[in-house]
Amino acid sequence: MNWLRLQMRAGLRAARQMVRQPFNTLLAALVVGIAAALPATGYMLLGNLQRLAGTVSAAPEISVFMQPGASADVVKDSEKKIRALAKEGRVELISRDAALKRFRDNDALAEILDALPDNPFADAFVVRLKDADAERLEALRADLAKLPEVEHVQLDSDWAKRLDALIALGRQALSMLAGVLGLGLVAVTFNTIRLQLLTQRDEIEVSRLLGATDAWIRRPFHWFGALQGLLGGALAGLLTLVATRMLAQPMSELAGLYSLEFVLRPLAVLDWAVLLALCALLGWLGASASVRRHLSRIA
Amino acid sequence: MIRFEQVTKRYPGGHTALDRVDIDIARGEMVVVTGHSGAGKSTLLKLLAVLERPTEGQVLVGGENVSALKRAALPYWRRSIGLIMQDQRLLFDRSAFDNVMLPLAISSHPPREATKRVSAALERVGLAGRDKAMPVELSGGEQQRLTIARAIVNRPQILLADEPTAHLDDAYARDIADLFRSFNEAGVTVLLTTHDGGLFERYAPRRLSLAHGKLQ
Repeated sequence: MNWLRLQMRAGLRAARQMVRQPFNTLLAALVVGIAAALPATGYMLLGNLQRLAGTVSAAPEISVFMQPGASADVVKDSEKKIRALAKEGRVELISRDAALKRFRDNDALAEILDALPDNPFADAFVVRLKDADAERLEALRADLAKLPEVEHVQLDSDWAKRLDALIALGRQALSMLAGVLGLGLVAVTFNTIRLQLLTQRDEIEVSRLLGATDAWIRRPFHWFGALQGLLGGALAGLLTLVATRMLAQPMSELAGLYSLEFVLRPLAVLDWAVLLALCALLGWLGASASVRRHLSRIA
Repeated sequence: MIRFEQVTKRYPGGHTALDRVDIDIARGEMVVVTGHSGAGKSTLLKLLAVLERPTEGQVLVGGENVSALKRAALPYWRRSIGLIMQDQRLLFDRSAFDNVMLPLAISSHPPREATKRVSAALERVGLAGRDKAMPVELSGGEQQRLTIARAIVNRPQILLADEPTAHLDDAYARDIADLFRSFNEAGVTVLLTTHDGGLFERYAPRRLSLAHGKLQ
């Protein structure tokens, strides 16, 4: 209880010190905020991208093209075999006539198709598998390719794999960025506290003469660092929120071009809590290191 | 209560501030240490407050060798004494009230009781009603009173004052001397240094004279 009271008083002293120097406080918090906003925004974007990748790659497609000129009976027979092989999936036949009609709807392609003497398309099947891993997809692709009436099989999940790889790379890069900027945040707090210690040198010396322990002297500086980090974290969260608002519309439009429905989501409540806690912790660490290094040099 | 046993303090460079000094001070005594500049008066007080450690000998208070106190124990020892330094060491960015509050904040007194004590200490030194004043707004004599209020607010049993009347005119100096006398009458052991031994003569304190680090 006594410990808690001491901490609360030290926290209040630190808060008062910050209020006494509003400009310096805001400036330091802004530096921390910008440093923390970069990885926070990156994290938010990656999270959204991963969600998008998850949505798209959740239903990978395998296109199975029959040999040109395959008869209706052969196609029907093949459909049975394909359904048997992809029993957990959904199989859709796209007849060569349906394919021709679909392409004719596109004005640019219609002219080209009109110039051709015959329907260039073959009958095809689209197999959609939900929750299938890459191994199962590859196995199914190989089995389908073995069917004698099949000309070509195409697995349409490669780009999703590439996206996943890009996300993994982005995550790695983001971790490195967060680490470097986290160190920067510690350094900023370290320097702020060093200046605070110099400014309050007289008070520290007098306090020691009057019986202050090192812990008593250190405590408000720790709080100062933590509060500065917290304030910086809150600013970082706000900056990320602004970025989300600004990017939401262009991202939706970009996704629309790929026939995807996509809404950019801001940081979740838990993410906010982690951001604030991390910034406060880094501030506390910077303050702690600074006080340890510089306090012994005073008095 | 306070005993200096064969205390020698030699500073790096060879200057001997105190040379085999023996002093016994009883509880409730008022002792005035006089001597010229560099006689070792301030060193005597610093050794008692453990701002310095003796090169030889020991300083005992209530039978405990305070000069051997570990670093972690020093803050608690300093809280138990009232210390008035020659250069006052007031915080000029804090009000009179906050300056006097500092020792109580350090010793974690409950705010309500601390506020009462600060008001009482300010009243005791004649600064009632000046609690919001900044030190720079106070006269030299008032600043010295403020320093004394800060030293007594923890209700110490021992009060140490290094040249408390230096730089004050006669009237202010007499007021300050009266204050120390009143603390002593209340049972506080007072040990102070001064150039002007005559100022305290009328209270008939015990007088110690130092010259070149030796008791005369």
